[in-house]
Amino acid sequence: MTTLLDPTNERRVSTMERVGRPESLRGLTVGLLDISKARGDVFLDRLEERLSEMGADVRRFKKPTFTKPAPVDLRHEIATQCQVVIEALAD
Amino acid sequence: MTITTRSAPVLPDGLVIVVKRECETCRMTVPVIEQLRNGPLPVTVYTQDDPNFPESVDAIHDHDLAVSWHHTIETVPTVIRVNDGREVARTVGWSRTEWEAVTGRNGLGEDLPVMRPGCGSMSVDPDLVDSLRVRFGSSVLGARRVEIASAEDEFEAMFDRGWTDGLPVIPPTEERVMRMLTGTSRAPDDVVAVVPPDLVEVTIEKIAINAVMAGCKPEYLPWVITAVEAVCNDTFNIHGVLATTMPVGPVIVCSGPGARAIGMNSGMNVFGQGNRANLTIGRAVQLVIRNVGGGRPGEVDRATHGNPGKISFCFAEDDVHSPWTPLAQARGATPGVDALTVFPGEGPRCVVDQIARDPESLSNTFAACLRTLHNPKSILAFDAILVVGPEHARVFAEAGWNRERVVDEINARLQIPGSELVRGANGIAEGIPAHLKDAVLPKFRPGGLLLVHAGGGAGLFSAIIGGWANGDVGSQPVTKEVTR
Repeated sequence: MTTLLDPTNERRVSTMERVGRPESLRGLTVGLLDISKARGDVFLDRLEERLSEMGADVRRFKKPTFTKPAPVDLRHEIATQCQVVIEALAD
Repeated sequence: MTITTRSAPVLPDGLVIVVKRECETCRMTVPVIEQLRNGPLPVTVYTQDDPNFPESVDAIHDHDLAVSWHHTIETVPTVIRVNDGREVARTVGWSRTEWEAVTGRNGLGEDLPVMRPGCGSMSVDPDLVDSLRVRFGSSVLGARRVEIASAEDEFEAMFDRGWTDGLPVIPPTEERVMRMLTGTSRAPDDVVAVVPPDLVEVTIEKIAINAVMAGCKPEYLPWVITAVEAVCNDTFNIHGVLATTMPVGPVIVCSGPGARAIGMNSGMNVFGQGNRANLTIGRAVQLVIRNVGGGRPGEVDRATHGNPGKISFCFAEDDVHSPWTPLAQARGATPGVDALTVFPGEGPRCVVDQIARDPESLSNTFAACLRTLHNPKSILAFDAILVVGPEHARVFAEAGWNRERVVDEINARLQIPGSELVRGANGIAEGIPAHLKDAVLPKFRPGGLLLVHAGGGAGLFSAIIGGWANGDVGSQPVTKEVTR
């Protein structure tokens, strides 16, 4: 038998319950997160139009750069203000 | 570092003498030990090999070498003077004057030669030292122990657990990891960095484990640690370098005398196979990202093509023969100090110019080749390393062009009319917005072209290593001095 030292971070994967899918977006606050990729805003502008037509209250958010994870404060802001979030990955 | 956790056995007051029968000098000094036992100070003899040696003395067998290990006995015989449980004097081998000084006795071993060197202690025997380091020090290791059954192939088991980069890795046993840790003075539980993408704190120990797996020697470890520190921060942004669809990984350029001392290659086939230090240092960094950070291809690593350098891309700068200051020094490192620069780079490609004998002509070639980096119409967004081969560097050296002059001359040739860069120009849809058609724009941002001297002595070639999204948006090259 050989004993090896674990090279990994030894983390256990935690599972989280998904929020249930809403029946309708009417009256819900929907966050649109622009990750700052070129022309992502074109896509999100159109989504905002469509969602507003459906009666959603749309709020726009933007990451400083697409190459780094969203800052903690931004994630907190979205989580506390929105019931639904759409993240645009576009080129 | 010497790692000792179990508290050292306390030595008895008086004289402590450590011997082994195999040592001729120890055997020669037996009459002196007998002489000392008849003196005023209590004498305790520890024997490393034969419990009955010396026959005339009631010796204690240091059977597990605990006394020898904890009291750093490197040579036998060793004589230690102990007062109130504390060592106050020590001598090794046989020297009449030294023994007399330590023991406070005159006329010792008068029929013996004046001096004779001792032998190696069993506690530093290369065949034993790894297991002793584990016996007395491995409790400092906090990593989970993974037991591989004897019927299991340990190499396959490591593949199965997802610990490798696709090539076999060295099994990280306690012995190997403890030996690896001798390469640094830092404590195993020292936190070095927070590793993306899982944002996990990495300790010296975890880096050492991955360095073992990569095939590093202990003397490479400080370079690996420094490279991990250099990439795991917001400036270099290894998260983005990992996650991008572009084919980049951390390129590590090592400078300074220490790179030569550990046998790194800065010459022939500098980016290629065959040099253990070059290949394993870069590999260890990538294994840390994979195993500790959780950065795996197809998961957070979204590269469209990747490149073979994502297994390892690490090389030394030829700073001895370079006509220029080393890259690290040009980027702020102390002259003569070991340092490395990390750069988010793709694979290298060759620049051929076998005719140019004047620096202007060669600069023209470099500029023309650099112009095409990523796209001939791409400007400002990407940095590059230009690795100038010795035969090309000589052209600049003979003309007296220093590093700054070479970079300036190339940049001067890369001021591009907007009309060539706008969308649709030259039948290429890609490009910059039309309103910039009358501007003149540089290929590289200030500081975006890095110069390195490396490669074999024959061949009028250089190489370009293209970068990734630069600046605050993406990644900045980082230079760090190597600490041991």
